[in-house]
Amino acid sequence: MNGVKNNARAKRREPLTDAQLLMTISIGIFVAMYALAMIFMGGGFLKVQQIFDLLNDNAALIIVASALTIVMIGGGINISVGGVISLTCMACAIFLNAHTGGLSIPLATLLALGIGLAFGAGMGFLVSYLEIQPFIVSLAGMFLARGLTTMLSVNPVKVAHEGFLALVKSKIKISWLGYVAQNGNLIPAKLEIGAVVALLVVLVMALLLRYVRLGRNIYALGGNRQSALMLGINVKRTCFMSYVISGLLSGIAGFVFLTHKPAGNASVAMRSEMDAIAASIIGGTLLTGGVGNVIGTLFGVLILATIQKIIALSPLNASWWQDMASGAMLGFFIILQSVVLSYRSKQKK
Amino acid sequence: MKRKSKALSSLAELLIPLIALGILILFNLFRDPSFFGIRVAVNNAGNRVLTGNLISIIDSASELAIIAMGMTMVTAACGGQDISVGAVGAISGAVLVKILQAFGAITGPSLIVAFIGACLATILFKLFNGTLVAVFRIQPMIATLILFSCGRSIAYWINGDATPQLASPILSSIGMTIPGIPVPTPIFCVILVGVLLALVFRFTNISLYTQSVGINQGAARLNGINPVAIKLLSFALLGVCVSVASLIGISRLGQLNHKTLLVDIEMDAILAVAIGGNNLGGGKFKLSGSILGAYIIQMLTTTLYAMKVSPVNVKAYKAIVIIVIVVAGSPVVKEKIGALMKRRSGGFHTAAGKGVR
Repeated sequence: MNGVKNNARAKRREPLTDAQLLMTISIGIFVAMYALAMIFMGGGFLKVQQIFDLLNDNAALIIVASALTIVMIGGGINISVGGVISLTCMACAIFLNAHTGGLSIPLATLLALGIGLAFGAGMGFLVSYLEIQPFIVSLAGMFLARGLTTMLSVNPVKVAHEGFLALVKSKIKISWLGYVAQNGNLIPAKLEIGAVVALLVVLVMALLLRYVRLGRNIYALGGNRQSALMLGINVKRTCFMSYVISGLLSGIAGFVFLTHKPAGNASVAMRSEMDAIAASIIGGTLLTGGVGNVIGTLFGVLILATIQKIIALSPLNASWWQDMASGAMLGFFIILQSVVLSYRSKQKK
Repeated sequence: MKRKSKALSSLAELLIPLIALGILILFNLFRDPSFFGIRVAVNNAGNRVLTGNLISIIDSASELAIIAMGMTMVTAACGGQDISVGAVGAISGAVLVKILQAFGAITGPSLIVAFIGACLATILFKLFNGTLVAVFRIQPMIATLILFSCGRSIAYWINGDATPQLASPILSSIGMTIPGIPVPTPIFCVILVGVLLALVFRFTNISLYTQSVGINQGAARLNGINPVAIKLLSFALLGVCVSVASLIGISRLGQLNHKTLLVDIEMDAILAVAIGGNNLGGGKFKLSGSILGAYIIQMLTTTLYAMKVSPVNVKAYKAIVIIVIVVAGSPVVKEKIGALMKRRSGGFHTAAGKGVR
């Protein structure tokens, strides 16, 4: 439906690219789903806080999903992001417990960035300069990160650093978006720092992909490696940089995760790489490369999170129903994309 | 000259896994010569069985080896991997248990019927994956992500009970040993599946067709091969492999745990395919390489356990070894080593080359 309407408009004005079309579809579905939830479930969905909660709870996922989007646009894959999150969480938690000075929080941030950067650069080198299959490289990266996490500590490590705990509790309060509780008090809408960071990351990455030479090179690389090479793009360096960015973002995601749940834990962010891939796909990124958009990925995460929220509030509240609903949604999107894209490529001919 | 380099490169494909296995064996020999000792012991049921690290490596790699064979077929035909094998294995186990519970007692015929039922269900789920890949042209990893994320939930939903217990002498003879035969049965299962596949390849064109679809789908279609059918066939074969592995997994423990049955096996299976020198982008394949890869992975794990590395830390060491193996097998490193070897024995090679010309 949506696709046909867009096509009709596309003929008159400048045509939408595939990425924009897929993104529009996912935004449309998110809005429709949320509107239906507001009508039929009411309650929490009528409050702005609900959207803020979706952002608060999924800040780390939004960041790693954008990391994966960038790698996938470049035609690669990086399944180590969940492992890097758990490693950064654990390392920062241990560091914060050992050092209580005033500078310890910035230093912990640097530590998180450093771990992410090291993993990104290492995997990027193996993928781009030694031409090893990215799936295997990032699988090894995942094993390494998870193994190092358990080496640091098998048991969960709670952060006891007071400054950091204050940072965890501090929330941005927006009173005019709040609601009046039953006892007459105004409860402002609260946004966590992690959510703000996540939105900033999405914005910066969207700008980078659209306006910076590196970003446009990544699209060219994923679209057709051979043509990119012939156009004089340094494909190896571009590929390397896409992994470095994804590693850096996974480090940031790890730190953000720690500000949401201040404890290092070996089983943190299990399977988050698969959630991130699913979110990227729902947002209109193709695994074949060259097509994708970080804004779409943001909506992909929001769609997955909304489904889970709806099921949690419905009578079907059970983990297996959540899994099945996300699986069904993913299947629906994948088939929809395949149909829309093949319809468009037929029209072009 | 050309033919010679071709033969060399096909040997080189298996050379790296063979060297890796050799290094692991040598390392263990130096570390502890008794590592490879095999003894005859009497198990709980009073049967004489062979025990020892070597037997346990070959025994516990069985599920992985069987699934790696199927994964090789899917990789070759579709140029991508199926990451839902563990989850679909849990579904297969759930169907098996459901049918067995309907029969009441576990007897030979009821087990065969249940296994056939589980096999059909697994093939059905794999064909769902296959349809997405072959008809809708979706990347295999993405298409199988659906069942990866909800497969275990479906298994739970089929059975309702979290861990049904299945104690029976027939199952334990599949999972452990048949009375009177000292070798663990799963080893025979691997041999059976391997021989069956080898016979299929020997007497049909499936292997050739699969490779040609994987190398160039369009060209294969123009030559009268139906790529959709070949891809679906590879997924169906993987389905059979998965249900065999799931049967072994269940009978080993005598219970079905939908959360831990064949857990994380998809990653190890893909790794086995890659370590075996197969291109993950599809095309040519070597089943023997994948099987070798499976045993290398298991050998590595057992070696680490024998070195008193804690099970939770094994992953980190495993990652380092994997990186070393794939770096040694990477095209860039191979090319450099090849150039180095040529320079060193340059005179001999050019003379031989001139002779051929």
